[in-house]
Amino acid sequence: MIDEVKPAGVGERMWMWIGIAVAFAGGAFVQQMGFFDFVRNNPGEIWKLLLEHIYLVGVSSAIAISIGVPTGILLTRGFMRRYRDGILNILGISQTVPSLAVIALSMTYIGIGPNTAIFALVIYGLLPIIRNSVAGLAGVDPVILDAGRGMGMNSRQLLFKVELPNAMYIILTGIRTSTVINVGTAAMSFLVGGGGLGDLIFTGIAMVDPAYMLAGAIPTACLAIFMNWAFGRVEKWIVSPGLVYH
Amino acid sequence: MITFERVTKIYPGSDEPAIDNVSFEVPEGEICVVIGPSGCGKTTLMRMINRLIPITSGIISIKGQNVAKMDVIELRRGIGYAIQQIGLFPHMTVYDNIATVPRLLKWDKKRIAARVDELLSLAGLEPDIFRFRYPRELSGGQAQRIGVVRALATDPPVMLMDEPFGAIDPINREVLQDEFLKIQAKVKKTIIFVTHDIHEAIKMGDKIALLEAGRLVQYDTPENLLVHPKNRFVKDFVGADRALKRLDLLKVKDAMMQNPVHCHMDDDAEVIAKHMKENQLTFLLVTDQNEKLKGYVNFYELKDHLGKVRDLVKPMTITVKPEQNLKEALSKMLSYDIGIVVAVDDDSRLKGVLNTRTLLSVVGDTYDERGGVWGKITQQGSISS
Repeated sequence: MIDEVKPAGVGERMWMWIGIAVAFAGGAFVQQMGFFDFVRNNPGEIWKLLLEHIYLVGVSSAIAISIGVPTGILLTRGFMRRYRDGILNILGISQTVPSLAVIALSMTYIGIGPNTAIFALVIYGLLPIIRNSVAGLAGVDPVILDAGRGMGMNSRQLLFKVELPNAMYIILTGIRTSTVINVGTAAMSFLVGGGGLGDLIFTGIAMVDPAYMLAGAIPTACLAIFMNWAFGRVEKWIVSPGLVYH
Repeated sequence: MITFERVTKIYPGSDEPAIDNVSFEVPEGEICVVIGPSGCGKTTLMRMINRLIPITSGIISIKGQNVAKMDVIELRRGIGYAIQQIGLFPHMTVYDNIATVPRLLKWDKKRIAARVDELLSLAGLEPDIFRFRYPRELSGGQAQRIGVVRALATDPPVMLMDEPFGAIDPINREVLQDEFLKIQAKVKKTIIFVTHDIHEAIKMGDKIALLEAGRLVQYDTPENLLVHPKNRFVKDFVGADRALKRLDLLKVKDAMMQNPVHCHMDDDAEVIAKHMKENQLTFLLVTDQNEKLKGYVNFYELKDHLGKVRDLVKPMTITVKPEQNLKEALSKMLSYDIGIVVAVDDDSRLKGVLNTRTLLSVVGDTYDERGGVWGKITQQGSISS
């Protein structure tokens, strides 16, 4: 397969220049706000909070994936079919509860600390994963399932050799969405004493100090963008090139 | 080999049986085409063999073994399965697709690799080019070939094929059918072949099982189905042009005049011309000592020639093989606007001559309700242009 190579057209070059201009303006703006001075003076503090943030997102996403994907698989098995829509609806409604409320609610039960934050993040991150796992698995062409069954695969082989590889792209998209959302939501774990970059953001808001606030917001945004990019790479690596998503 | 005994299938929530008390037997090494209008239950019948659809009552057995009592996974792994929509796994390469069942059966890698190459060659696809392609990089015909050879991967004695050539254009379908028949002549599988196309059924089937609303109406050879349709339904189903369809079934060798008059390259032109005049022949076929067809001579050119026949031979380019069917021969005759076509074997040895008159007499015999004997017409007929 040959990757399509497009010459950079006039349109693309224009967008590139606009991007550079915006980045430059943004840089000048944050400099004005004192962002770079703050970073230069407190690198250890930002680094520590960033690691905390990554820890919150990493642990909560790992748990959400290890609960969400198997739940999705379970919901697409024959015997669960009649409960599937009901369960998905309930999960859909729970997703409409604002993330802040989920964090607040879990605090009333678990108290404060990173575990509360992780619990809330897991709950909030589950739905995209379950929903996409179900959609991906249910969307596998019944013809290839019939072919697999007719060739003598048992249900486990059918799941691992046919269903999951074909649903993988959609499942990974769910995981990617969930994780990227979690990066943003994790900023709120400061409110329940969970730490993370929210510490800087909320303190900055309280003190009306833009430098403080930006020192939290910019790494958070970068982390989200990085995660998105990283999952894009993982997709390319895991999803079979035979499937037409590339 | 495959036996159906009073097989009935009633789908849950339905009063009408989808398959109603069907009994027949498919002998080993034969292709049994199951055919009928859509909704007649032909696919259901096939899928009950490898238990993709559970049977309601009756017994299906393979080699005397009741399939209902066999381990379902093992049963399926022992039966080749090819379907209309092909069902190649899109996330796997051609290699992995073909290797699916061998891997399930835990063959070692070398054996699998050798088998995949063998099967790709059998399908007429160069292994080095196609081995690592993905299904989406294949044309419809290529995918279909791979779907069929995938079913052949472990050399199973029994194959189930549900309209395996249904998804491609008519021209490629004919090619695939021919290729498949060639393969089948070698591998001699017992095949249940589902189709709704009567042409395909006549061409592919050793036996045809015609279903109507779940009941087996007639189970017979294609020949008998065309000549002796059991009732009105069968007659209508095979179509009013069943005489023409018979052209598909009959070979050139069944209708050609054998031992046609001909002369040799080294015969004297004078002698042959005299002979032709006596027998009122305008043209005469010419062969060499080994009976290989060299061409023909024309009386008007020959009559004043002193010398050998070989000086005047004109090559004959349009020939047929004795194994080709009459439809192909007729279409050759029509497209080249010739009233006669010569049958030669693979070594271009002269085998016979087919002209429109003998061809039509064969077709006409189909309408002889007594089932007249047509086959061997050995009259030493004259050759007219």
